[in-house]
Amino acid sequence: MNFLRRWKAHIIIFFAVIGPGFITANVDNDSGGIYTYSLAGARYGYALLWTLVPVTFVLIVVQEMSARLGAVTGKGLADLIREEFGFRITFVMMLALTVTNLANVMAEFAGVASSMEIFGVSKYLSVPVAASLVWLLVVKGTYKSVEKVFLFACSFYICYVISGVWAKPDWLLAAKSTIIPTVRFELGYLTMFVGIIGATVAPWMQFYLQSAIVEKGVEQKQYAQSKVEVIVGCVAAVVVAFFITVACAATLHAVGRRDIADAADAAVALRPLAGEWATWLFAGGLLNASVFAASILPLATAYTVCEGLGFEAGVNKKFREAPIFYWLYTLLIGLGAGLILIPGMPLVRVSYLSQVANGFLLPFVLVFMLILSNRSDLMGRLTISKGYNFVAIGTVVFLVVLTLVLLALQVMGMA
Amino acid sequence: MILYLSEFLGIAVFDSSGKKVGTVSEVAAQPNTHPPRVSKVLLRNGKGAAGRSVAWSEIDSIEPDRIRLLVCEDALAAPSSDESFLMLRKDLLDQQIIDVHGRKVVRVNDLLLEKRTGAEGLELLLSAVDIGLRGAVRRLLHGTVPKAWLRQLESNVKQNIIPWEFVDLIESDPRRQVKLHISHKVLTKLHPADLADIVEELAPKERQALFIALDDVTVAEALSEVQPKLRASILESLGIHRAADVVEEMQPDAAADLLAGLPEETTTELLQGMNSEEAAEIGELLEHAENSAGGLMTTEYVALPHTADAASARNLLRSIPDLPEHFNTLFLVDEGGVLMGSVTLARLIVAAEGQILSDLKSEPVLYVSQESPERDVIDLVDKYNLLTLAVVDNERRLVGAVTVDDVISVLTKKG
Repeated sequence: MNFLRRWKAHIIIFFAVIGPGFITANVDNDSGGIYTYSLAGARYGYALLWTLVPVTFVLIVVQEMSARLGAVTGKGLADLIREEFGFRITFVMMLALTVTNLANVMAEFAGVASSMEIFGVSKYLSVPVAASLVWLLVVKGTYKSVEKVFLFACSFYICYVISGVWAKPDWLLAAKSTIIPTVRFELGYLTMFVGIIGATVAPWMQFYLQSAIVEKGVEQKQYAQSKVEVIVGCVAAVVVAFFITVACAATLHAVGRRDIADAADAAVALRPLAGEWATWLFAGGLLNASVFAASILPLATAYTVCEGLGFEAGVNKKFREAPIFYWLYTLLIGLGAGLILIPGMPLVRVSYLSQVANGFLLPFVLVFMLILSNRSDLMGRLTISKGYNFVAIGTVVFLVVLTLVLLALQVMGMA
Repeated sequence: MILYLSEFLGIAVFDSSGKKVGTVSEVAAQPNTHPPRVSKVLLRNGKGAAGRSVAWSEIDSIEPDRIRLLVCEDALAAPSSDESFLMLRKDLLDQQIIDVHGRKVVRVNDLLLEKRTGAEGLELLLSAVDIGLRGAVRRLLHGTVPKAWLRQLESNVKQNIIPWEFVDLIESDPRRQVKLHISHKVLTKLHPADLADIVEELAPKERQALFIALDDVTVAEALSEVQPKLRASILESLGIHRAADVVEEMQPDAAADLLAGLPEETTTELLQGMNSEEAAEIGELLEHAENSAGGLMTTEYVALPHTADAASARNLLRSIPDLPEHFNTLFLVDEGGVLMGSVTLARLIVAAEGQILSDLKSEPVLYVSQESPERDVIDLVDKYNLLTLAVVDNERRLVGAVTVDDVISVLTKKG
């Protein structure tokens, strides 16, 4: 009885903290992520599935650090960077983040445009409508309602799970490929490997997660629950990635359709193989993921910049109370959506550029996070332990090296 | 003359023989003088050697680009860590402070130091805090462009400074708070609702330190205005003893609302720690369902015999030292405590001396039972435009009153 009651209490607390970690991990499967996983499946079939295991690990370690920093200090990452590293570094970082995220927002609206075109809707209609919806959601919503919509959006990722099952994959082979790593020393294979891991952690996610944890009011006491939430969210996100890869492996790869130009292309390519419904599910999933990411990215950016530079911020505040926050948010959406609509805008290249920009910024963000997590005057009893620190440093070094390799490959590829 | 901390840091220091001994790396001020007076300057030596500490009496002159000392390098002391000094760079620059005048939490971009010659010779006083764009521009560009250009540019940007007397320091360590003589006394003059807004902006540790320093009455008032989800954690952080003292100072209905949101054991412990009369009152209120009239009401009200006259009623009111919050309605009861009606304060004031109270009462006589749902309360208050509504038991004996501010709180919570 007592045991039951204790469990009930645990579950209630868990649901009280659910949100930030789950949302952040899932939004990682944005249009760029979906494209990467589709391409991995189309090109290499099941062979790259094993990379999802290290991806999960990396994602959990990095997100856990954000959650920890947020829960312990009660401050956002930008706040902490400002307090510990001064104004100039913060300013440069915020500027870089804004530019990077603008590129990311453009990539998301490109995802909206291409997925809606599969449904026969012109981008000149879909993009403005999506942009207005996204804008309204945050400006007219409260933190609670926004979070609910976001959590609801997370559930739409089930689209990919369904289409993965529908594709009738070879489950045995898929399971085997997930557990047993296969390494091929070909440039293309290695590039893909780096791409999958590089697409996992974007700089803005760390800022968003930490701020969301703070705004949600998660404190040191609830940190254990928050940690569980982060882990569950990361696993859920990777499961979705698994099904995307499997769906493309079972269909596109099987018939030798190895090259797709973007995520929407994967959806179209599915049509002759898996039927109209599979295409629609894939396109619907992409639409959801793009709108979802397009609503979080500008929000996260506006939060972070205002936090770091000392302007009022928060969706719980009114337009009048936090004008810079809302203006920045509005401009990011307006510019991001507007630039996509310029005729002749190379959408695929935009998506590429956004990943390059992410890659440039990520090492700095991760190093700052590591330094902050190691400050015992800041973190008290939750300063990361020696063993964990070793893992965290290892992860960060691994990520930074991979990101730099990816950057080099992308720059070479574009040249 | 005004010096900016951002420019003061880094200027060269020369000893009595004209030899350069280092650059300014930190400025320590005496926190117990108003405004704080600089009493030490710490130096950094470019060659990587340990820094030096310069006492104020060792300084000969301060010029915009250099400091000259009265002593030679060998006479300077090694820096000692003394927590009772206000370290302007570490404690203030880039940190958050409370702008008491503007009633919000803001971030420090720069500090203004006033150099003057007082009764005791040369003095450097911390006169104001720059939180505006001008400070930000200075921080960003200082040292990268010629000073004249910077001044020119600055003059085009709006200055936003807070005089030191309106600054309240945030310090998350309670012991250091005492050493720095931070009393937060200025905050006690704020309206509790403003103080609550400020408190919500702070990180948990800072909030805790602030509440430890404030007096029980101020904490109690602010606590009633803070978001419900924060209340419990604040109360818990105060420790059971202090928490009981604070709850005792709260209005009984607010206290009951607060306790209703806490775990049962904590509530019992708190009630045991309070004086028995208050505890009994709150205990009674806690019995009622939260969304019933009984859960909404306060037990602080004024009731008089319905046969009394206006003059004696007015005399009686004058003799009550502590009228209930938002007192605006007087209840009339018979010998058995049964509700006979209510008289608004306005009518009592203008009534003739000898008028009997029951002749002044509002018609119809309105009341709700303590078990009535809060919907009934809202409907009555709305229909009859009431400020206060009587709550009665099954025998129509007066047990409490619901005031319109509580009704508004319920409505905004629902809306």
